[in-house]
Amino acid sequence: MGRYEVLDDVAIADCALEVEGTDLDDLFSTAARALAELMVDPATLTPTLERRIDLEAPALDLLFFDWLSELIGLKDAEGAAFPEVEVHVERGTPCRLRARLVGGPLHGGSTPALRSDPKAVTFHLFRLEPWAGGWRARVVIDT
Amino acid sequence: MKTIPIADCVWEIPPTEKAGMRVPARIYASEALLAGMDAGVFEQVTNVACLPGIVGAALCMPDGHWGYGFPIGGVAAFRAEDGVISPGGIGFDINCGMRVLRTSLTEAEVRPRLPELVDALFTAVPTGVGARGFVRLGDEDFADVMREGAGWCVRHGYGWPQDLEATEGGGCLPGADPAHVSARALARGREQLGTLGSGNHYLEIQVVPADGVHDAAVARALGIDGPGQILIMLHCGSRGFGHQVGTDYLRRFDGAMRSYDIVVKDRELACAPFRSPEGQAYFAAMTAAANTAFANRQVITHRVREVMGRVFGRDARALGLSLIYDVCHNTAKLERHVVDGVARDLVVHRKGATRSFGPGAPDVPAAYRHLGQPVIVGGSMETGSALLIGTERAMHETFGSTAHGAGRTMSRAQAKKRVWGETLLQDMKRRGIVVRAASKSGVAEEAGFAYKDLAAVVDVLHRLDISRRVVSLRPIGNIKG
Repeated sequence: MGRYEVLDDVAIADCALEVEGTDLDDLFSTAARALAELMVDPATLTPTLERRIDLEAPALDLLFFDWLSELIGLKDAEGAAFPEVEVHVERGTPCRLRARLVGGPLHGGSTPALRSDPKAVTFHLFRLEPWAGGWRARVVIDT
Repeated sequence: MKTIPIADCVWEIPPTEKAGMRVPARIYASEALLAGMDAGVFEQVTNVACLPGIVGAALCMPDGHWGYGFPIGGVAAFRAEDGVISPGGIGFDINCGMRVLRTSLTEAEVRPRLPELVDALFTAVPTGVGARGFVRLGDEDFADVMREGAGWCVRHGYGWPQDLEATEGGGCLPGADPAHVSARALARGREQLGTLGSGNHYLEIQVVPADGVHDAAVARALGIDGPGQILIMLHCGSRGFGHQVGTDYLRRFDGAMRSYDIVVKDRELACAPFRSPEGQAYFAAMTAAANTAFANRQVITHRVREVMGRVFGRDARALGLSLIYDVCHNTAKLERHVVDGVARDLVVHRKGATRSFGPGAPDVPAAYRHLGQPVIVGGSMETGSALLIGTERAMHETFGSTAHGAGRTMSRAQAKKRVWGETLLQDMKRRGIVVRAASKSGVAEEAGFAYKDLAAVVDVLHRLDISRRVVSLRPIGNIKG
């Protein structure tokens, strides 16, 4: 099971995340969970929506960038957050990702406990690398 | 990193301090503000000094702090003919900016109805993550918003013609082209016109305090009569639409740099030659987002007028709710400045920095042209904000630029560890500031202690004469995301 940490002292107007996963699938799903928890308390969200996403990118780190950007885009386009994620990542040329998302609307019938409104994924201090038998990533989200 | 004082409140990092620096870096700050700046500022401003085509110096204003790519408070100008344009020098929230409206109301008239007014504004102006506005845009309408900016709003009844005169660039920057905007950006922005967002974005009811008028003549020219007067200030930008434009082109430039042999110190400084196809496409899309931000602030202004008219039982015109000014603080604009005695076309990047054009400068509204451009410096929701006026000195010293706010001193995560949102809300209420927020944790992030002392920042701007102090403002009501 992956874990993530918010770094207190990096890019102080934004949100720097250090994410670890036992493998790439775990890393990508943990990062998605971190992003959703940045937006809303997941316990207060009514999970009424399901979405499937397929992405490809020329490099693994770009796939990770695009993945998080896609989730931020969904937040605005659908007014929804997706804390429950199953994701499968394939390394290759290109790298590919297939994901199933479950989440709910941020406004409407229920009253989710809203948090931040992430704007974008940045390349500042951005990295994704093998680590301790698994993978880790650092990413600064513009909030 | 060696920081050399070269004048009062001016500190220079020479090009010898980092390999690749093409110009010096210059930080505008008092000794105390400089000492409080985080290490990221020095690293980032010197990274900017390495970018191709930069002229003069890479600048950081006294509200500067660690951002991504450029520092927040960063200003840099690049030769249009062979310099670059970088999304990391503008920020994802393209044309995030400030707008301030005067009223003929006094605190004594507003105070009894303040909770009602704050509640009504909170209902009328959607806030927080995922919020949607009331304006519904089809594809053609959205393209018109991109091309026309605030003018589209006035044409559709969401504003007064004189609002455009009181908006930087007339509320519409030239060169926007919807053809360079992605479908994803359209999907993100389509329903967000008239929404505030979250983070440090706010809509605030402010009062001129007893000791708040520093230049009575200029204040009068701006429509500020004196202490006790109520003003309305708002801070927001281009919402998801602009965020996606930034994302799209950051990603594109990240790949394109190789074909132009550009190497940057921070990947977030990904850039392309301004005159390249990629650079021109980004400029056209970025300008479309900037115009959408003007439209966003204009629609919110319309809602404010509706709400205040309803609450106070008088038409907005009778309430004197006219726009004093609207300024951008996340843009790149094509401007002409004198460098080493030669007038040059420059792509001036301002990221968390405000234009501060002096008297007689182009694009300053006729009513203010003899004074200079009004400058709005937003502070925290607890401590207040300031109005200043642009100067001739800024034209020579900072490419006509000044600070945009107080500037953070600690991260959002650190602020949340120091105070509970609910505790802060109650404390502010006891001090006479009524707040409605979509997120209580978001309130904690914006506590006054998370920001520098605004008065100290403004004092530096005034001493440097890159903008002059006119009025200080104190918040009494705030809505935020």
